[in-house]
Amino acid sequence: MTDLWGWLLAACALAWLIKLSGYLLPESWLDRPWVHTVSTGMTAGLLASLVVTNTVVSGQSLVVDARVAALAAGAVALWLRAPYLVVVLVGALAAALARLAGL
Amino acid sequence: MRPDAPARWGRRMTPAERMGASIAVAVGLYGVSFGALAVAAGLDVWQAVALSALMFTGGSQFAFIGVLGGGGTLPAAVTAASLLGVRNAVYAVQLNALLRPPARLRPLQAHLTIDESTATAVAQDDPDEQRRGFWTAGVGVWLLWTLFTLVGALAGEALGDPTVWGLDGAAVAAFLGLLWPRLRDRDPVVTAVAAAFVTLVAVPFVPPGVPIILAAVVSAALSLVHHRRNP
Repeated sequence: MTDLWGWLLAACALAWLIKLSGYLLPESWLDRPWVHTVSTGMTAGLLASLVVTNTVVSGQSLVVDARVAALAAGAVALWLRAPYLVVVLVGALAAALARLAGL
Repeated sequence: MRPDAPARWGRRMTPAERMGASIAVAVGLYGVSFGALAVAAGLDVWQAVALSALMFTGGSQFAFIGVLGGGGTLPAAVTAASLLGVRNAVYAVQLNALLRPPARLRPLQAHLTIDESTATAVAQDDPDEQRRGFWTAGVGVWLLWTLFTLVGALAGEALGDPTVWGLDGAAVAAFLGLLWPRLRDRDPVVTAVAAAFVTLVAVPFVPPGVPIILAAVVSAALSLVHHRRNP
């Protein structure tokens, strides 16, 4: 756990330095259309990858279990424009119910 | 006293402050889900709170615990969190141009530079309102997000085994909820699908956590292609 604290604090320091860089670096370095496009695209890609990882990945294998029900239920909730917290709760409920049903 | 006269305690909120405050309440509340999921991923209560207070950028925090929860290594978690934080540098450039903060305020303003404070600031027309919007949303989200992370982490600890309560399903929905609003245009959709595919293919062949980094690299490359085609 000491290890975890060290990496965690390093990640926090990095997050702050990244934010600060935007205030300190010359505007012309970062205020370019391609920087916007890449940062937007990379954000979407990383989040999509995290969705997949949390839904069907277990260690180094792909498995279909109750989490897939959470994905479907979450998507329906988002489609119906539910608030974020409701979406998260719907995901939890769907996974719990699917697990009870034996998935 | 006229109703709109400034009063010591009852000063009316400006539109930017109202917007910032409502965003702070809405976003702060889902700190509960972050706190609970962080504990489910193996962090202790204070590590969860430290992430919210010190990293203070939701997407990166979820990425950090998402990689660890999936069995990924600490370096992979730090890399994924940092890559997701890159967009904050872009926000910082916009806010620096918009608010022109004095040098002494920059370290603090940098810490509060997130999706919500940027959105609140850029939504205002008047420079003073932009400033008020940024600080109200930034400080408000920070306070409530950190507080509710503590609440969620304590609740998560009390719940015990995360899978019994469907907390692993909550994580799935949490990431989908962060992704959803970014899928309005065609290019991010294509990038997201490609990143999902790369993750699926890579999982059996590389250590946990690495597929997410590979997906980030592919997303960045694909975005550059999109940019070249349609600058």
